[in-house]
Amino acid sequence: MNKPLRRIAIFCGLLVLALLIRDNWIQYVQADSLKDDTKNRRVAIARYATPRGDIIVDGEPITGSTKTNGDDFNDFEYKRTYKDGAMWAPVTGYASQAFGATQLESIEDGILTGNDDRLFFRRTLDMITGKKQEGGNVVTTLSAAAQKAAYKGLLKQGKGAVAAIDPETGAILALASTPSYDPSTFAGNSTKVDGEAWTKLQKKNNPDDPMQNRALREIYPPGSTFKVVTAAAALEHGVVDSADEKTDSPLPYTLPDTTTELKNEGNIPCKNATLREALRVSCNTVFGKLGVDVGKEDMLETAKKFGFNEEQFVPIRSSASIFPEKMDRPQTALSSIGQFETATTPLQMAMVASAVANDGTLMKPYMVDKLQAPSLDVIEQTDPEKMSEPLSEKNAQILQSIMETVVEKGTGTNAQINESGVTVGGKTGTAQRGVDNSENPYAWFISYAKLDDGSSPVAVAVVVEDESANRDDISGGGLAAPIARDVMKAVIDSKK
Amino acid sequence: MSSTSNTSTHHTSTIGSIGTPSRRNTELALLVFAVVIPVFAYANVGLAINDSVPPGLLSYGLGLGLLAGVGHIVVRKFAPYADPLLLPLATLLNGIGLVVIWRLDQSKRLQAASTFVEAAPRQLLYSALGVALFVIVLVFLKDHRVLQRYTYISMVGALILLLLPLVPGLGLNVFGARIWISIAGFTIQPGEFAKIVLAIFFAGYLMVKRDALALASRRFMGIYLPRGRDLGPIIVVWIISILILVFETDLGTSLLFFGMFVIMLYVATERTSWIVFGMLMSAAGAVGVASFESHVQQRVQAWLDPMREYELSQQGVIGHTEQSMQALWAFGSGGTLGTGLGQGNSDLIGFAANSDFILATFGEELGLAGVMAILLMYGLIVERGVRTALAARDPFGKLLAIGLSGAFALQVFVVAGGVMGLIPLTGMTMPFLAYGGSSVIANWALIGILIRISDTARRPAPAPAPNPDAEMTQVVRP
Repeated sequence: MNKPLRRIAIFCGLLVLALLIRDNWIQYVQADSLKDDTKNRRVAIARYATPRGDIIVDGEPITGSTKTNGDDFNDFEYKRTYKDGAMWAPVTGYASQAFGATQLESIEDGILTGNDDRLFFRRTLDMITGKKQEGGNVVTTLSAAAQKAAYKGLLKQGKGAVAAIDPETGAILALASTPSYDPSTFAGNSTKVDGEAWTKLQKKNNPDDPMQNRALREIYPPGSTFKVVTAAAALEHGVVDSADEKTDSPLPYTLPDTTTELKNEGNIPCKNATLREALRVSCNTVFGKLGVDVGKEDMLETAKKFGFNEEQFVPIRSSASIFPEKMDRPQTALSSIGQFETATTPLQMAMVASAVANDGTLMKPYMVDKLQAPSLDVIEQTDPEKMSEPLSEKNAQILQSIMETVVEKGTGTNAQINESGVTVGGKTGTAQRGVDNSENPYAWFISYAKLDDGSSPVAVAVVVEDESANRDDISGGGLAAPIARDVMKAVIDSKK
Repeated sequence: MSSTSNTSTHHTSTIGSIGTPSRRNTELALLVFAVVIPVFAYANVGLAINDSVPPGLLSYGLGLGLLAGVGHIVVRKFAPYADPLLLPLATLLNGIGLVVIWRLDQSKRLQAASTFVEAAPRQLLYSALGVALFVIVLVFLKDHRVLQRYTYISMVGALILLLLPLVPGLGLNVFGARIWISIAGFTIQPGEFAKIVLAIFFAGYLMVKRDALALASRRFMGIYLPRGRDLGPIIVVWIISILILVFETDLGTSLLFFGMFVIMLYVATERTSWIVFGMLMSAAGAVGVASFESHVQQRVQAWLDPMREYELSQQGVIGHTEQSMQALWAFGSGGTLGTGLGQGNSDLIGFAANSDFILATFGEELGLAGVMAILLMYGLIVERGVRTALAARDPFGKLLAIGLSGAFALQVFVVAGGVMGLIPLTGMTMPFLAYGGSSVIANWALIGILIRISDTARRPAPAPAPNPDAEMTQVVRP
């Protein structure tokens, strides 16, 4: 009987061998993919096992971490807290135990949790010395004063958004959106508390859609603020040579190839108006015709140089603003005054103002200044980067002088800052909405400030969408310009 | 003259056995390791979870040491020539099993479940009962051949044990499998005991019938076909296995019994054709049952695509479980060296984390290295069992030893393979490691029987009886 016994011994050996091979397969070959599978709860447990690093504004953290406590068993040890969460939500996004992370919290998650590859050496060191893993910090470019001014101003007006940029570097200074939400209300993992808070904020339960980041993700028709782009295109492509020469602009202006007349808002002096006069009183007729004279190809080229038709990553993704690529001549005229399909994010319009303020050079917008290791060593520093040059220095200065006229004695007088050495240039906009303007328009204002040393510390775009306001009251100059002024003033004051 | 040569032949045949070392001291030394390692692991868990050495460390160490000591003394006294590895291996597996069960008792996640009970104290009690049964086997079973007398009683006993879970009011249906019975508040898994009783029956039966099964056969296409009437018993066992599968929906037990029978049949008859027959029949049975039994189908689905099964269970679809995927995640997250005892999250598996799925905790906390060590320990137990079968001098002992070791190997393969996703999951437990009274008690009895057989096998042959003829030759001098 010994021969079959020996064979059975081999058979049993093979069974054990098969188990050993399988074990090597799942614990060695596949180990990493199983371990890092996002559905593997250990990934989330590790994420919340140590206090997250912080997001920092002006040297102060705007986030924090606290030990999770509650009646139910919760395997996530720490949860996120926010200071002035609603004000900063468009910057931070959220990091919730139950609902994951978005925006800055998600993009820089590796640094904030300490799992980033660049922190590998440190992590290994911590493991050896028995220290708990720590997260690094994300230092933003934002200005607390500007953000506060933007958020306060918007709260007074209801719905809207503000984006402010430092034109010389592209650093984002303010990014506000209202109505907003406090991400700390659903940072935890409790079905009752956090789940309910989350449900209430969803768009289907809250028509105001508080979780929308309007400054980066909402695209609005820009209305007359887009005339700055058209003016830049006209100057760049030689259709107009200076601010004060008369243009060939009939009044009324019939859209080419049609019998439709393009109208101005009110009875304003637009016949053959100069570029300066046309922007000061916001002539639809002049800029409609200018757009057609520039031609759709050249209009598109300039718009694209300003950043249109492309998503921006700051590093949060910003929706692509739209300047239509396919249009006939009347549509070109309408698009050139910010109507038809033209639509932009507030960030995009701030970029337009910043390019003009920075003598024609558009800097790439960014909001993360640097990433810090837990030891505060700098892991990555963002250097300002030139994005494009939508207009020449000479043309930019012509446009600056025109935009300054708008604020000095045009539609934008509400944005004036009465301080010595500060010059403000801007443009109002009132974007019509709905069939035959049946809905309340959006009030826009874009502007920049210059100091007497020639530097330009801030460019800002403000949009207010207030459905309850009286239609006549909505105008960029009335609702949006004061907010822009406060933001610019906050930046200038904080620089002193 | 002739008688003189006879005597000398006797002497040469027993020379090999004379002076065979008993190896009891080796066993004692190994047992020290088998007790110290779990005690160290226990302290390790306590430090990892509560930052302090667990208060029960001393009593646990003494308890395990006592069990091992009693086992050793009984072996020394009643089975002095027994294999020295079996007792330390079983003690070590039982000991670290207890530690990991205690570790899972500390899990807040498991404590939150409404069905939570502290398992470690009970398992310690079961282990003591198991060692007690081990002692009883060694003390009262002086010679394993005695069991041969109970061949047919064993058959009846095994059938009763197997059918008990189907008795209304006694049997329990736990998550689709009817393999438990409930008596006076205790749940018992009769299948674990049936394993041993059936091995006794098969060994006794095959020893008697082996010649008929082996020789009376016709040759057909290169293989020996058994006669129809000899085919009877294998068909009966096959049908019983199928019935277990259908009525108790227990793939593991069914496979285990049938596999054990085929192994013993092959060893008894030395005919490869039985293996071929066995495989064909089990394949036919498994496929046949799977075609209509939804419980089996679902297990196969979960094996083929555990992720889909996980997602269905997350969506709350009834009858799906995330456990297979959770176990795989536990293994994967453990990696090569593991997280360290007490520092993993294998409790995410939830129900049965400390029984059917206990290997996943080893995988996560002790890593690939730990699981390979565990598997090799099981492999060692099996190979010591096979060695015992090889060394046994009587066919009944050979058959019983190979039956028990083969069943043990199959059980380890079926459970570990199921938890690691190598084969579909079945409801069985890792011998000695897993929480479960029936399993640990039955497996101690199994080790007891193997030790008894190995003692008989390795015992030096008794000195030849004085030959009266030899006396005579001595007297007559030339």
